[in-house]
Amino acid sequence: MNPEPEKAYPPATSCCGSQPEPDKSTRRDFMLKLGFGLNAIAGAAMGIPLLGYALSSFLKPHQLDWVSLGPVEIFPEGKTRLGEFLNPVRRAWDGATAKIPCWVRRIEGDQFQVFAINCAHLGCPVRWFEESKLFMCPCHGGAYYENGERAAGPPPRGLYTYQYKIEQGDLLILAGALPNLAQPIA
Amino acid sequence: MNPALEKISDLGLGVFNWVDDRLHVRKIWASTAAHHVPQSAGSWFYVFGSATLLCFMIQLVTGIMLALVYVPSADEAYASLDYLTYHQQLGWFLRALHYWGSEFMVGIMLLHMTQVYLFGAYKYPREITWLTGLVLLVLTFGLAFTGQVMRFDEDAYWGLGIGAAIMGRVPFIGQQLVDFMLGGQIIASETLSRFFALHVFILPGAVLAVVSLHLRMVLTKGINEYPVPGMLVRRETYDKEYAAILKKEGVPFFPKAIDKDIIAAAIVIGGIVACSCIFGPKLPNGPADPLQIDTNPRPDFWFLWIFAIASLIPAQIESFALLVGPVIIGIFLVALPFFNGTGEKSWRRRPVAVIAVVTLWLSLGILTYFGATSPWSPVMDAWSSLPPGNTQILNRSPLQLQGAVVLQYKQCRNCHAIDGLGGKRGPNLTEVGMRLTKPQLTRQVVQGGGNMPAYGQNLEPAEVEALVDYMISLVPEGVEPARDFTLKKAAR
Repeated sequence: MNPEPEKAYPPATSCCGSQPEPDKSTRRDFMLKLGFGLNAIAGAAMGIPLLGYALSSFLKPHQLDWVSLGPVEIFPEGKTRLGEFLNPVRRAWDGATAKIPCWVRRIEGDQFQVFAINCAHLGCPVRWFEESKLFMCPCHGGAYYENGERAAGPPPRGLYTYQYKIEQGDLLILAGALPNLAQPIA
Repeated sequence: MNPALEKISDLGLGVFNWVDDRLHVRKIWASTAAHHVPQSAGSWFYVFGSATLLCFMIQLVTGIMLALVYVPSADEAYASLDYLTYHQQLGWFLRALHYWGSEFMVGIMLLHMTQVYLFGAYKYPREITWLTGLVLLVLTFGLAFTGQVMRFDEDAYWGLGIGAAIMGRVPFIGQQLVDFMLGGQIIASETLSRFFALHVFILPGAVLAVVSLHLRMVLTKGINEYPVPGMLVRRETYDKEYAAILKKEGVPFFPKAIDKDIIAAAIVIGGIVACSCIFGPKLPNGPADPLQIDTNPRPDFWFLWIFAIASLIPAQIESFALLVGPVIIGIFLVALPFFNGTGEKSWRRRPVAVIAVVTLWLSLGILTYFGATSPWSPVMDAWSSLPPGNTQILNRSPLQLQGAVVLQYKQCRNCHAIDGLGGKRGPNLTEVGMRLTKPQLTRQVVQGGGNMPAYGQNLEPAEVEALVDYMISLVPEGVEPARDFTLKKAAR
């Protein structure tokens, strides 16, 4: 090792006197602007994917699919029964929440009405009462007739209905999303 | 002094001085804990802010403890909660502390806000203290709502459904908001994951940040002096007046004005512990299984008033009230310190403020009561579980008895009470015969109306006749059934 002469901190005035040299100042300014610019690019490179990840639900189109409620025979004519299906869009760790109920009314033959379980008021599960032929909601007292029309209470419309079709003796409905006033499945 | 002790104390002082030299502990202490406050601010009315903060600290600690066991997965959340409540050593107690801590936090925060409003503490120059307080209000309600989702039981599942239904009422972007809230197309795993992220990362982090600013404002602009009736706030003179108050009767917050805060802290902690021991945690009801539709979803205590509004408000203005109402209230609260930032502070000379506060708390109380009893909800099992009393069937004609059967079997009692038993949604049927004549009753049953479904499709004419005859027979003894005066005239 070469012995180096002791260095003292230079006095504060020696490098940057009270009058900063103009050319240095411009270089500093340039560096600062460059720094901001580089960070804007780097920030965008990181931030845009972050936003894309967090807001992915805004970009993804709705995915509905035909799901089976089982053979037509399990729904007696003239009756309303609770049907259930596995939601077509699901995750392995959804547990019980992947199974969705719905009300299936078989009018006669191949004529059906399939209602969403969710009350059109605020989404609570409506219950069917065979004797009075009414759907009643436990939350705010909405009531619907057998054909899904609004009968009483705060709901702004009748029950949400699924599209249905019959294929190879099975009753299929087009499902996959929670119905609400913005997107009633119909 | 013993020379050995002296040596140790010298050493201690040396270490302290070293630390102080690096961290400026003394300086920070003097400008925070020991900052000067008006002596009058050492009042029992001024304890709610620190008590709310204390609740938040308890929530942080107990929340972290619960996160050691809880699994935020739709598949396993309920099972882990069950384990936490019944098998984990003292898990029930931690859950109870966290639950009661949240109930206390919201309640004390509302008391704090009421006090700040009544004491004019939002006025000049403490506008930003008020505004950050409003942000904390929203964040705290957010924490309470996301917290009840963590139980991931029936209430949580259908509560999320209610949230989604409200989002779905937003014009134009309703569906996008629903998807964003649920993290998918249905209430499922990703919904729980994002509410977990909100509840344990985003909202508590935001609270910590905003609380720092809130407290910073208390230090820079000083705590509100105890208002004296007639002492008006003027922008030009207030700062000087406040400085004069501090000069005259200023005391260091610690240890001269903190005494009541400390006692209140003990009361709050004691209260939370006592409630936890006596009432225990809020038990989750059934697991979040959509197929289990035999459920009565209800929100936690501090949201019952919103639940009640959703039922009591006329359907035509409901979307407007649910979506625009909070915005109007928000704008009013944000604007308050700017259009009402000067003048009288004392509630003794602000009758409108007092009336507003009393009205708000009464409304909140009444709505909460209605939310808890929900008289508008049909009693789903009234028709099958409530037998008709003797007085309702003794000495009845066969036709009337048949009517009693129709009434029971067609679930009329789910919405209508007889002798006080049954649903409260529709009028009490014991007295309906006093108000309506036979033709009127028949019309009401067949065509419905008001808030009643029409039963014409669903009842045979003979059943309607029996039912109406029975309802008229329910009229109490000594009271005459309703008469149709036009008919009476014709008979004469």
